[in-house]
Amino acid sequence: MNFKHKYLFLLPGLLVLLGILIFPIGFTVRLSLSSWDSFFPGLDFIGLENYIRLFTDDLRFWEAFLRLSFLSITTVFLQYVIGFALALMVWQEIRFQRFFRVLFLIPMMTTPVIMTVIWRTFFHESLGPVNDFFSLFGMTPLWLSDEHLALVTVIIVEVWQWTPFMFLLMLAGLLSLPKEPFLAASIDGAGPIRKFVYVTFPLMAPISIGAIIIRLIEASKIMDTVYVLTSGGPGTSTETSSFYIFIKGLREFQFGYSAALSFTYLIIMIISLTVIAKILVKLMIRSN
Amino acid sequence: MRFVYVTLKYLAVCLWSVFVIAPFLWALSTSFKDFNSVTGGATYIPWLQFEPSLEGWRVLLRSPAQGGVNIVEPYFNSIFVTCSASLISIALGTLAAYALSRFTFKAGFIKNSDITFFFISQRIMPPIVLSIPFFIMLGKLGLLDSLFGLILVYIVLLMPIAVWIMVDFFNKVPKEIDETALIDGCNPYQAFYKVVLPNSIPGLIVAGLFCMIFGWTDFFFAFILTFTEVQLLPVAIVALNSSITPWWSLSAAALVCVAPLIVVAFIVERYLSKGNLSGALK
Repeated sequence: MNFKHKYLFLLPGLLVLLGILIFPIGFTVRLSLSSWDSFFPGLDFIGLENYIRLFTDDLRFWEAFLRLSFLSITTVFLQYVIGFALALMVWQEIRFQRFFRVLFLIPMMTTPVIMTVIWRTFFHESLGPVNDFFSLFGMTPLWLSDEHLALVTVIIVEVWQWTPFMFLLMLAGLLSLPKEPFLAASIDGAGPIRKFVYVTFPLMAPISIGAIIIRLIEASKIMDTVYVLTSGGPGTSTETSSFYIFIKGLREFQFGYSAALSFTYLIIMIISLTVIAKILVKLMIRSN
Repeated sequence: MRFVYVTLKYLAVCLWSVFVIAPFLWALSTSFKDFNSVTGGATYIPWLQFEPSLEGWRVLLRSPAQGGVNIVEPYFNSIFVTCSASLISIALGTLAAYALSRFTFKAGFIKNSDITFFFISQRIMPPIVLSIPFFIMLGKLGLLDSLFGLILVYIVLLMPIAVWIMVDFFNKVPKEIDETALIDGCNPYQAFYKVVLPNSIPGLIVAGLFCMIFGWTDFFFAFILTFTEVQLLPVAIVALNSSITPWWSLSAAALVCVAPLIVVAFIVERYLSKGNLSGALK
């Protein structure tokens, strides 16, 4: 089936997307070669100076990037384990099955920043319920103002927010699995654990990988939560790449430099996500 | 052994449920507090632990001039922007997805799968990378701080989702359907519009739901590209946070904002249980 008309179907969407995107990307590259800031706005040409500064004299950017990698990998791992476990639990018979399924989906429907505002009051060090609980044991952990603990708080909020997404994908996957392998395993007398290891898990591997990659992509943009919860603080201890670029670009108005940061960040993101995806797919093929 | 397993399962499910519900209950309880009950330390049960007040909710209805919080206008703005951007993205995305699923495109080394990947890969783009050029671009076009500018930006955010879900969906709609329609004398547009589209309603609904979720919950672009003229709901509520933080109205406003999409959870669960979602989400 091939028509001249086929372009009329494809092109409107493609052109709109390209139209809205090409300029920003081209402009970012050009901007990254200029020294545009709030004192001297304008597209001058300073060559690779911004990039040299970024690679030789900007520890903060690389720290933010490492922190982002740590945050994304930890949160996505937790989301995957919890989401998969929850999906398994409500997949088969359980009382109030629909209630639990709906409930487990709800956090992903809520606006992250708005829930984060609530979480901020929830983790408030003197007025929030979390420390109300911990004070029973005579402790007052500084959820938002301790360097290390603030990172944990960000992870808790991210896990709350996005485990449902993992849960949704995994449950949809489980519900679409064929029944025969499970029957065969039952006939062979396999218990629940062996069934999971030899049947469910391998069958779910492709879906798992898809879900993990999608979540890694989304997690690599973490910023809203950090902005509202800790504003990157205390100090820079919860700052992620996006947030750092945001500070440089839209708070300090160093447009040129932040364009260089954005472009580098984008390239690193594309490369590392591709590599991770390739590794995961290879692992899956080997395990089968 | 089985008893232990079942007990553990219910325990785990209930624990997670508590974790999911906790912030909502906290917000609900806080929304009925006043200054004294908030600053007096954490309390949970109205009447027993604190005297409930409706101040937090009343503030939402009052005009800003009378010391109220303006969320009515941002609410309508949010609905308008989310719906328009979702509709445009789905219209354009569905057409493109249909083309990618049914016809073969070839230009040099670029094939169908590459075009599909191009659409979907836009999700990889971190919003911050686009924000600065968008800021400058919309500024030059005079669209900064306008609904139209936001809709334009949201199309980039939502169209990849529409294309992703619809390509998968169309791949599962048998080709024979459109071939029969063509033999019966429809032109390709009629075949698409009269035959394929009505058969794709579940896919369209799922795509629509996901566009709504991601549009409604976005904060970043709304935050950067608007200032005073046009405010979307998340921005309006976060703005409350940075002022003296009246927790009661903050909680009330937050609940009002997240409420509509909780309905979506019910619809998504419906589709999930019927098995329609697994086709649409791969």
